[in-house]
Amino acid sequence: MTEQNYTPDQLIRLSALQMADLLRAGTITSVELTQAHLDRIADVDGGESGIHAFLHVNTDEALAVAAEVDAIRAAGGLEADALHPLAGVPIAVKDLIVTIGQPTTAGSKMLEGWMSPYDATVVEKIRTARLPILGKTNLDEFAMGSSTEHSAFGNTLNPWDPARIPGGSGGGSAAAVAAFMAPLALGTDTGGSIRQPGAVTGTVGAKPTYGGVSRYGVIAMASSLDQVGPVTRTVQDSAALQELIGGHDPRDSTSLPKPLEGLLTAAQQQDITGLRIGIVKELQGEGYQAGVLERFQEAVKVLEDAGAVVQEVSCPHFGYALGAYYLIMPSEVSSNLAKFDGVRYGNRVVPDGGGTIEQVMGATRAAGFGEEVKRRIILGTYALSAGYYDAYYGSAQKVRTLIQRDLEAAFDQVDVLISPTSPTTAFAFGEKLDDPLAMYLNDVATIPANLAGIPGISVPGGLSEGLPVGVQFLAPVRGDAVMYRAAAALESRLEQQWGGPIWQQSERLAATDHSQTAGGDR
Amino acid sequence: MSAITREDVAHLARLAHIQMDGEELDRMAGELDVIVDAIASVSEVASQDVPATSHPIPLNNVFREDTPHGMLTQEQALAMAPDAEDGQFKVPAILDGE
Repeated sequence: MTEQNYTPDQLIRLSALQMADLLRAGTITSVELTQAHLDRIADVDGGESGIHAFLHVNTDEALAVAAEVDAIRAAGGLEADALHPLAGVPIAVKDLIVTIGQPTTAGSKMLEGWMSPYDATVVEKIRTARLPILGKTNLDEFAMGSSTEHSAFGNTLNPWDPARIPGGSGGGSAAAVAAFMAPLALGTDTGGSIRQPGAVTGTVGAKPTYGGVSRYGVIAMASSLDQVGPVTRTVQDSAALQELIGGHDPRDSTSLPKPLEGLLTAAQQQDITGLRIGIVKELQGEGYQAGVLERFQEAVKVLEDAGAVVQEVSCPHFGYALGAYYLIMPSEVSSNLAKFDGVRYGNRVVPDGGGTIEQVMGATRAAGFGEEVKRRIILGTYALSAGYYDAYYGSAQKVRTLIQRDLEAAFDQVDVLISPTSPTTAFAFGEKLDDPLAMYLNDVATIPANLAGIPGISVPGGLSEGLPVGVQFLAPVRGDAVMYRAAAALESRLEQQWGGPIWQQSERLAATDHSQTAGGDR
Repeated sequence: MSAITREDVAHLARLAHIQMDGEELDRMAGELDVIVDAIASVSEVASQDVPATSHPIPLNNVFREDTPHGMLTQEQALAMAPDAEDGQFKVPAILDGE
């Protein structure tokens, strides 16, 4: 890389791996880089019209870690050589992941002000690698939602259009990365909470193979579906971050014994000659916005031109995936969230004039949980109750088997599957808030990966009426490397067509005048 | 097959320890009815010969050495408790009047 002076506005728009190169070359310091991001957060995230991606900004600790990295580099020697390649590159963490020294709320009044006594494994790994943690990002309460409208602490705005949702549940992480407040972020994906926000904010989000990344210290939503993953602006950055946070963890009994390796190498490969790609017949057509399908078909053409062999495949039981998901997930939610009863942690609410412990629990949970969380707990309690268990939960688990079989048959024919990530581009705030079912339909293309435990990634596929469209790749269990290879190949060819990253097509994001990034008057 | 009544929701809310007023029960009953109607189709394809999958990637018999590690101190464990006394979590009376 040639010697060049970067303004803070240019710095924050680089990829994480480019930032890492500049740090290693001594062109910039981690303190400069971290401060540039903190300044950006101060400029565009706060106030009435700010994006509101962050629930907590971790200024002092982030700068202290950055200074440590700079000191180690300056001193040279073995310790400098041993620094992780991403050391000094700042990162944001979804506020579902517990952190020592910063509040963890899960976007819920139940946990407002709660401080974790321990770090999640993924946070430990980030600290060991010395990535400054910029703060904690907004989410739908306990990760339940597709818009961040279910956060107890307000909406996060989509940096492409502040009147629209940034996706959910991880809208805060996606918006932070899209608006250059962080080059990297952590998300969690139970039914699409990394990939759908990625799609609607023009960023990259990957859900690794189930068990590929430890969930220890991640507040559980639905344990047979939850997975932690990277949120970034480039596919290579996601691959690098997944390599950093992945690997076996004895504290998570669902953790895969062997790490998923070669992800970054796969993302750098670019050659997809002969790669077999399957278009999922059931993940298109009715319910999908015309502009989304147009961008999707163009992406398929780009991959064919690059040498991939494309065919249509059928997954006949995908039509039942949404039903299975909205039975299994709430059932697990109703069990996982039983621990929030105001006894050991969380905000206890005592009814007027006192009450028994049962009455205190009832009042605590009534006041602490929002509408969507209550809806899912009640739905899960219903699905698990005597008389309905076989028809609902039992049937849903069988559908899960059928979906896995569909995918096994598909992956006998092709190496990766491709579909739109989300049926629509970002919708307006309030549009689906009063219609839970319409909100749930957002997840229709992302859910099968969670039910089957396979990896999935969303990459920008272009714009429809000025808003980003996501293209999703799915790969077999432990096939994360081939997923990254296919996604990176599409990304680089599309960027060639566009003449640069997708955000350059947004006046709002390309503008270095900060006043244009956040919504409305400032 | 659904038709969830207000009484059903009241029962479920009691089981889930969530206090709900009448208005909330009515609204929730209507919403759940719509949702359950939309997802109940799973039973159409769930024939007897299909085994259930509870976990996407079967990992059986995950054991570790039974040695204590990574414990919280009593102080740490109680630090965020709503109420504590004598090194224990403190809760209201479990039975009326006691």
